[in-house]
Amino acid sequence: MDKQLAQLKFRDPARARALGEALNRVTQEIGRDPISVMHVCGSHEQAIARYGLRATFPRTLNVIMGPGCPVCITDVPEVDEGVALALAGVRVATYGDMLKVPGTKRSLADARADGGRIDIVYSIAQAVDLARDTDEEIVFFATGFETTAVATAAEILRGLPKNLSILSAHKYIPPVMEIVSEMPGSRVEGFLAAGHAATITGSAVFEPFAARHKLPVVVAGFEPLDILAGLLALLEQIRDRKHDVQNLFPRCVNREGNLVAQDKLWRVFEPQGGRWRGIAHIPNGNLRLREEFANVDARKRFKIDIKSLWEDAPSQLTQHCICGDIMSGIAAPKDCPLFGKACIPDSPVGACMVSSEGTCRIWHQYGGVPDLREEQR
Amino acid sequence: MCLGVPGKILSISTEGDRADVDFFGVRREVRLDVVDEPVSVGDYVLNHVGFAIRRIPESEIGVTLELYEELIRRADENDLMTADVRGEMNAARKASDG
Repeated sequence: MDKQLAQLKFRDPARARALGEALNRVTQEIGRDPISVMHVCGSHEQAIARYGLRATFPRTLNVIMGPGCPVCITDVPEVDEGVALALAGVRVATYGDMLKVPGTKRSLADARADGGRIDIVYSIAQAVDLARDTDEEIVFFATGFETTAVATAAEILRGLPKNLSILSAHKYIPPVMEIVSEMPGSRVEGFLAAGHAATITGSAVFEPFAARHKLPVVVAGFEPLDILAGLLALLEQIRDRKHDVQNLFPRCVNREGNLVAQDKLWRVFEPQGGRWRGIAHIPNGNLRLREEFANVDARKRFKIDIKSLWEDAPSQLTQHCICGDIMSGIAAPKDCPLFGKACIPDSPVGACMVSSEGTCRIWHQYGGVPDLREEQR
Repeated sequence: MCLGVPGKILSISTEGDRADVDFFGVRREVRLDVVDEPVSVGDYVLNHVGFAIRRIPESEIGVTLELYEELIRRADENDLMTADVRGEMNAARKASDG
C-alpha cells in the first residue's frame, strides 16, 4: 500500500476522496478527540492552507505546524548580532525573509533605515559574488535548516574571499522534535517530516527519535495528495500503536540521505545547544562552525557588541506575542490577541508573521483561520 | 526555503562543479558540489539555494514536475508557495554570468 500511495498522481479527485474516506475511517477507529499530529515544515503548512486541506480533515484530526520555519526560530540575540554588525558599518548579506525579523529593539530593516548596509541574496553564492566585487568586509548572516546549511558548508570548503565571513544561525531539525514532543501540554502523537530536509539527512535520522519517544514519523511530499497520504499512514500507525519511520516521498528521499552533502555539512559544522526563538534551549539544535573554520567565523573576526542593544527595552507588543507557543504546537494563531490586528505582514510583531513559512503569515495570507470546522462547532 | 525546485541539466562545466539548468523555461546556473550522485546532461535535479541536492530518478520526474507546473501556471504573485519557488529559481545565477 505504501508504494501505491507514494505514486499518487497530483490532485486526482477520486484518489483524494478515497484518502479522505480512509482518514475518516481511521480516526473513528482510533476514537480519541482530538488526535494531534505535527508537521515541521513551512511548505507543508503552505500547501495545507493553500489547498484548504484542513476543511477536508476529519473533525477530530488536529494537524499542527511545529517549529518548521527557520526564519521564525532564529533567536533574538542572533538577529541582534546581525543588527550590531550592520550598525557598526559592516555590510551584512542575508536571505530576504530575515529583513523584518524582530531583534531586541531593531530588525535588520530598521538597521538599514538607520544607515546599515544590508544586501539581500537568494544564495550564499551571491554573497560570494558581492565579496569578490569589493574590498569591504561582508558578513553572510546564514540562516536556515540543514538543507540550507549544506550550501554554506560547500561554499566554505571551496574557500571564501578574504573579506567574507559567516555568522551562522543555522539550525538542525531532528533535536527540536525531541524537545517539542516532551513539552508539557504537548499531545502530539506523530510527526510528518519535511520531504526536502530529509533529502539531505535521509529518513533514518528519525529512527532513534521514533524508537525513544514511541512516536511514528512519516516523510511526506508537498502535493495535497502527498500530505493526505502521509497523514493516513501516520494515523494508521497511531491506530496500530506502531512507531516506525515511513518514507512516502521516495522520489526525493531515501533512507541514508545525501551522503556527499552530509559529509560537507559535518566537516564544517558541529551541533551545539542554543535557544530557538520562543521555544526553548535545544540541545544540539544550532549548527556552529568548527574550530578549524574560525578564520571565516564572523563571531571570531569581529567583536560583536549586542549588549548595547539590550539597553533598549523590547516593545510592549512583543511581550504579548505567542509565536513560541504556536511553534511548540500548544497554541494556534487564532489564540493570539495580536494576530491580524496589531500583527500583520506589513508590520509584524513576531517572527511567525514575517516569513513566508511562518504559521501566522500563512494563515493570514490564506484567509485567517483556514479551518471550516471552527464554524461547524 | 524548504521547497526545492526541480530543473533539467542542459550542460555541465568542464570542471564538473556547475551546470546550466532549465527551470520551466528559465536558464540558470546551479552548483553541483553537494549533489548526491554523478549527473549528466538531460538529468533532472532538485535544487535549493542555488545548489543541486538530488538527482531525481527518471521514473519520478513526471510526478515531481506536476506540482511546480501548477504552481507557476496558476498562482498569483502573492501566493507564498509560488514566491518561494520563484525565490529558489532566483537563487541560481543567471547562466550568462557563469
